[in-house]
Amino acid sequence: MALLEVKDLSFTYGEKTAFEKKAVRNISLSIEKGEFIGIIGHTGSGKSTFIQMLNGLIKPSGGQVLLEGKDIWSEPKKIRNVRFKVGMVFQYPEYQLFEETVEKDIAFGPQNMKLGAEEVAKRVKDAAAFVDLKPELLKKSPFELSGGEKRRAAIAGVIAMDPEILILDEPAAGLDPKGRDVLMTQIATYHKAKGNTVLLVSHSMEDISKVADKILVMNKGDMYAFDTPKAIFSKGEEIEKIGLQIPQITKIMIGLAKSGFDVPTDIYSVEQAVMEIMKLRKSTSDILLKAPEGGAGA
Amino acid sequence: MMKEITLGQYIPGKSVLHKMDPRMKVILLVLFIVFIFASRNFVSLGIMAAAVFFVLCISGVSPRLYFKSIEAIIMIVIITSGLNLFYGTGEPLWEWRFLKITQAGINTALFIAIRITALVLISSVLTYTTSPTDLTDALERLMKPLSKLHVQVHEIAMMMTIALRFIPTLLEETDKIMSAQKARGADLESGNFIARIKSLVPILIPLFVSAFRRAFELAMAMESRCYHGGEGRTRMKVLKLSKRDYIALAVCSAVFTGVIVCSIVLPVTVRTGM
Ligand SMILES: Nc1ncnc2c1ncn2[C@@H]1O[C@H](COP(=O)(O)OP(=O)(O)O)[C@@H](O)[C@H]1O
Ligand SMILES: [Mg+2]
Repeated sequence: MALLEVKDLSFTYGEKTAFEKKAVRNISLSIEKGEFIGIIGHTGSGKSTFIQMLNGLIKPSGGQVLLEGKDIWSEPKKIRNVRFKVGMVFQYPEYQLFEETVEKDIAFGPQNMKLGAEEVAKRVKDAAAFVDLKPELLKKSPFELSGGEKRRAAIAGVIAMDPEILILDEPAAGLDPKGRDVLMTQIATYHKAKGNTVLLVSHSMEDISKVADKILVMNKGDMYAFDTPKAIFSKGEEIEKIGLQIPQITKIMIGLAKSGFDVPTDIYSVEQAVMEIMKLRKSTSDILLKAPEGGAGA
Repeated sequence: MMKEITLGQYIPGKSVLHKMDPRMKVILLVLFIVFIFASRNFVSLGIMAAAVFFVLCISGVSPRLYFKSIEAIIMIVIITSGLNLFYGTGEPLWEWRFLKITQAGINTALFIAIRITALVLISSVLTYTTSPTDLTDALERLMKPLSKLHVQVHEIAMMMTIALRFIPTLLEETDKIMSAQKARGADLESGNFIARIKSLVPILIPLFVSAFRRAFELAMAMESRCYHGGEGRTRMKVLKLSKRDYIALAVCSAVFTGVIVCSIVLPVTVRTGM
């Protein structure tokens, strides 16, 4: 049984008003335990709406969300338990900080779970370590931290609940390139260490393709594709047609293939690309070596 | 949940009312209110109610929204009419202890119900068909003479514009913060009174922090674009009265004249301040 299964899920904002907007349309997919899923799509393609249905923050207009085989809305009174199992880090999560100290803010989630004081303290410490927040920062007011530190403190607040599924909505938005790389590495490390399921929404194909086992591509509320990065990028040009950037290296490979070189186009990492191009060099140099021979024979 | 606050919300559209000059709309609204209050018999009130109904019909706004604005004030209507039901003088039609209902009481109750409903509907027409910026623009222009009395009309209008501009932003932000805290297991729906007040802290603090941040950013942005108040400031969109505004004025004047004539000629049926 899949850990999380989504059946024919739809959501419409402002139903039966002048502002009616179908944000998500008939999405069906299933996610196994331990998978790292990347979600990608244009602004307004319904990514945020889709993930908010996964932990019951908004109720689907149609379809079902099954967590461990059970419809999360089968007992609306217990929806809070679903939110503890499916942790959600919103876009710009630093705006949710409110406590006197960073420590207390991270503890907000675990305390709502009614855990013991010792367990809460342990989780705060672990979560802070995962996002690399220095212990001396924990006693500070969250409003004194730098932008990147605030972001990491807010993410720690969700990690501290130790969710089975962690969902992050564009966690790197607005960070500088270095902060972005660091955060992505931390998320990947967290995923490896915990073996949890992670869903990561991102604008950047480069970021996602490096870490994801599978990628969900959304286009105007529809599921455009849900597959491995390799399969997705083998259709690189189609993906570009719906207005999404593909990794630079994939673009190069497509360009090479177009100009007649025999290279695969489903490449999305520099290492793979180097290997393919090396192979190519070898075979071309073979040809080059052979050519004079043939010429001499003629 | 936040989306359900409709009273005073602009509904974009292309009707005649949407295209009218907002100043004319404000003036006519004031006159409508005056004449609805001035009506003292059912015929004049009937004319006004019919006029309001006609305006609703040409506003191009869904009737459902008008029902919603009525829904918001239905309790007030019931209570005020209900009280007046028992205050009539004359031959009682029904009596129980100290309570009695007379024909006059029924008339007053009905009269008041129609009056309040008409007032609310005609006011919502203005807010449904006029964007907040147009509305404050119109108010600024109409209050201009007050600046002779050292009332800072432009500053007041600017504050209103900014406040109106940020209401949806703050509502959206509240929604987002609530979602984020709910995702961390915040319980906003259960518990006793004290617990519920406490549960608002994680929402209010981020909201205030963000409101102040926005205020500072906006002030900075305005200053970097050399904003220095209203003096010598020209407008991008100059309000101009057009043919349709004069036609609207003429039609309304005819209606108002009818109401005045009826009020003078016909006997007063209802004496009430409300
Ligand atoms: N609270 C809301 N009310 C009305 N429409 C909304 C709301 N949130 C999002 N939408 C609309 O739903 C669509 C999908 O939005 P969203 O899920 O935020 O997309 P994404 O996260 O991919 O940028 C957009 O067209 C957006 O305008
Ligand atoms: Mg989004």
